[in-house]
Amino acid sequence: MQSEYIIEMLNIRKEFPGIVANDDITLQLKSGEIHALLGENGAGKSTLMSVLFGLYQPEQGVIKKNGEVVTINNPNDATALNIGMVHQHFKLIDVFTVLDNIILGAEDTRMGFLQKQEARKKVEELSRRYGLKVDLNAKVEDITVGMQQRVEILKMLYRDNEILIFDEPTAVLTPQEIDELMATMKGFAAEGKSILFITHKLNEIMAVADRCTVLRKGKYIGTVNIADTTKQELSNMMVGRPVQLQVEKKDANPGDTVLEVKGLTVPSKIHKNDAVKNVSFQVRSGEIVCIAGIDGNGQTELIHGLTGLEKTSGGTITLCGKDISRGSIRYRSETGMSHIPEDRHKHGLVLDFTLEQNMVLQSFQSSRFQKLGFIKNDAVRAYADTLIEQYDVRSGQGPVTIARSMSGGNQQKAIIAREMDRNKPLVVAVQPTRGLDVGAIEHIHKELVAQRDAGKAVLLVSLELDEVMNLSDRILVMYEGEIVGELDPKTTTVQELGLYMAGAKKAEGGK
Amino acid sequence: MTFVVQQTLLFAIPLMIVALAGVFAERSGIINLALEGIMIMGAFVGVYFVRLMQDFDVFLDAARMGNYWTLQGLELLAMLVAAVFGALFSLLLSFAAVNLKADQTIGGTALNLMAPALVLFLVRILANQNTLQMTQGDAASWFMIKKSTFGVDKNVQWGFLGETFLNKVYLATYICILVFVVLSVILYFTKFGLRLRACGENPQAADSLGINVYRMRYAGTTISGALAGMGGFVYALTATNCTANGDVAGFGFLALAVMIFGNWKPLNIALGALLFGLFKCIAAGYGSIDINGDGVFMLAEIGISSHLYRMLPYLITLIVLSFTSKKSRAPKAEGIPYDKGSR
Repeated sequence: MQSEYIIEMLNIRKEFPGIVANDDITLQLKSGEIHALLGENGAGKSTLMSVLFGLYQPEQGVIKKNGEVVTINNPNDATALNIGMVHQHFKLIDVFTVLDNIILGAEDTRMGFLQKQEARKKVEELSRRYGLKVDLNAKVEDITVGMQQRVEILKMLYRDNEILIFDEPTAVLTPQEIDELMATMKGFAAEGKSILFITHKLNEIMAVADRCTVLRKGKYIGTVNIADTTKQELSNMMVGRPVQLQVEKKDANPGDTVLEVKGLTVPSKIHKNDAVKNVSFQVRSGEIVCIAGIDGNGQTELIHGLTGLEKTSGGTITLCGKDISRGSIRYRSETGMSHIPEDRHKHGLVLDFTLEQNMVLQSFQSSRFQKLGFIKNDAVRAYADTLIEQYDVRSGQGPVTIARSMSGGNQQKAIIAREMDRNKPLVVAVQPTRGLDVGAIEHIHKELVAQRDAGKAVLLVSLELDEVMNLSDRILVMYEGEIVGELDPKTTTVQELGLYMAGAKKAEGGK
Repeated sequence: MTFVVQQTLLFAIPLMIVALAGVFAERSGIINLALEGIMIMGAFVGVYFVRLMQDFDVFLDAARMGNYWTLQGLELLAMLVAAVFGALFSLLLSFAAVNLKADQTIGGTALNLMAPALVLFLVRILANQNTLQMTQGDAASWFMIKKSTFGVDKNVQWGFLGETFLNKVYLATYICILVFVVLSVILYFTKFGLRLRACGENPQAADSLGINVYRMRYAGTTISGALAGMGGFVYALTATNCTANGDVAGFGFLALAVMIFGNWKPLNIALGALLFGLFKCIAAGYGSIDINGDGVFMLAEIGISSHLYRMLPYLITLIVLSFTSKKSRAPKAEGIPYDKGSR
């Protein structure tokens, strides 16, 4: 009897020491559908997919393919069953060429020697057929993230996979690349391939998925048809309580200028031109100013110039009336700046330090936490405990948890707790919700609005149009290193904002 | 000139093959700091094997009768035995690094400390002196390929190429070059090589593609041990007249420097080893280098202090490394124990 489902995972249970990551979870994938797997960070999505991919063995439950029970002990078994996966963190070898990456693990050989010509033809054919443009001779380290993802997809196609798993595929992509990916996924489904799409972005599920299975805290919540549901309903299922997708905030009540940037220029590390060209703007207390723009238009360098992570080559930065253009990073932050960095692993945390050590990274030198150069461990522990309590930072072992082992959302909460508690007049937040789930995003948005209402000046950099429109009081659009427009979110539309971001529109004469 | 080329090769070949040993370990993700120790073991085992074989009549007769090809066979056997012992010795490192997930630097250092002590201990027991030698004859009389090996009178002139590459050379040198080429080809053009390199760069990715990272790392380190062991014996044979005393003059560490200088790439390593060998040759024999054959020993007579010549190889290493190390790029995952569970 032919089963309706191509893959079934029935009553899967997977335990790790201390937690049940998957508790009686059932997932049934129909042939030729796009099936979304929705859940917050830590809900057990990745564990479930690792079980399907043979990386973990479940304690209970069975996996069936076309109605027949199969055992998957390792990725080779999964590949033999035509299951392929694009991992959230790409599994690519940076110094290999694109072609070598695609054939690795499934090489054709003659007398032990690699035969790349056949492979090249096959990949070129696939690349043409699905419109997945890649440069086969380029090294992976030299190509864009979007192209790296296409390489991952080609890896699956090269192995003739029929069941394609995408683990958080859009987290690293620009809006255009996301649109392309969605179109590609629909194309695969139309050809009869079955797709499992792991995500926590509701817009994407509504756009491409046919059905959606929701997990919460390791438990199976339900499977719904996308046609019969709404974003709100999905997010309620995922979080387990009604969630505000819209940020609630009062009108802004701007006060004095906190940050004034005049003619700021930052050289680029990649090319000879300046990454930030003669940019001027102000941020006042009690308002959220958002810098919008497509990734790579100088936002990162602007913030690095502002916070001192990179040297500027011109212009002045005035914070709370003091010129900090030449100041050290610590001077700037002491003068009145909290910084929630773009890359929380690189600039936000010392990943191999404990949570409590990370909590005092900015303040360990104050007399509160040290005496004669020795850290007062009791004071640090007490302080960390208060912050953990107050900001609801969840971790395995509380203050002594190693930061690396925490989920992305809780790492971000830890950074926010540290930065907010320093109580500085300017809050610089760069993509504070990147890669986080709905519940965590809601929390962070509320916190930023609370900071604004407490009279802080908030400078927000975001790539998410929804976030820009919802959260900001003023929008500055950056395009190719310049601020090309200042918009009021109340009177502008997403379409108009998009035109500015794409450089199609430009405010005349500046401000 | 013949002298310069031969002396250069004498130093360059062991360096080259041991640097390649380093490449195979590091490209699979294991830092093999134990190259020096493995060389010492290889040198000892090879020399000891030769000593043992010298008790057999077949080799004694061969040496007495001038049956050189039998002796070349003995040389090859000794190289093989040194390689096998090197591989076995390196299993200690693999076990510590792969199974126990120990710090590889410390594991390698432990082997480096153990090898000379153990070898000296054994040499004292076996030979009752600090150096283990052949029981009779020496490397030159037993193993060196000379004109007489081909049945040619030693007064016959062979021209530059013949004099340089066929007279007063060791078969081991050419075997090493052959092995070097074959293994370089394997590293770059075979499935095994591709997978090995993948494990040194991104073991998680390799694992997700069904490659057994542990097995590849064992393979890389074992090949590394075999090459280093063989290199150790070749060094002992050609540079110290087939003796072992628990010391290979830091060649294992120099090989590491050559490997870094060569950016973990075989061709660059060959060039680096030759460059280093040349300077080592100048340092050792600047007084007898006669470049154009006119009887003038230019380097000695130019008036530069002899200390400078002796410093040259190390000075050049320092300078070249400081200019090239910025661009050189180690395999990304080297030195990090691979744990299947962590993501």
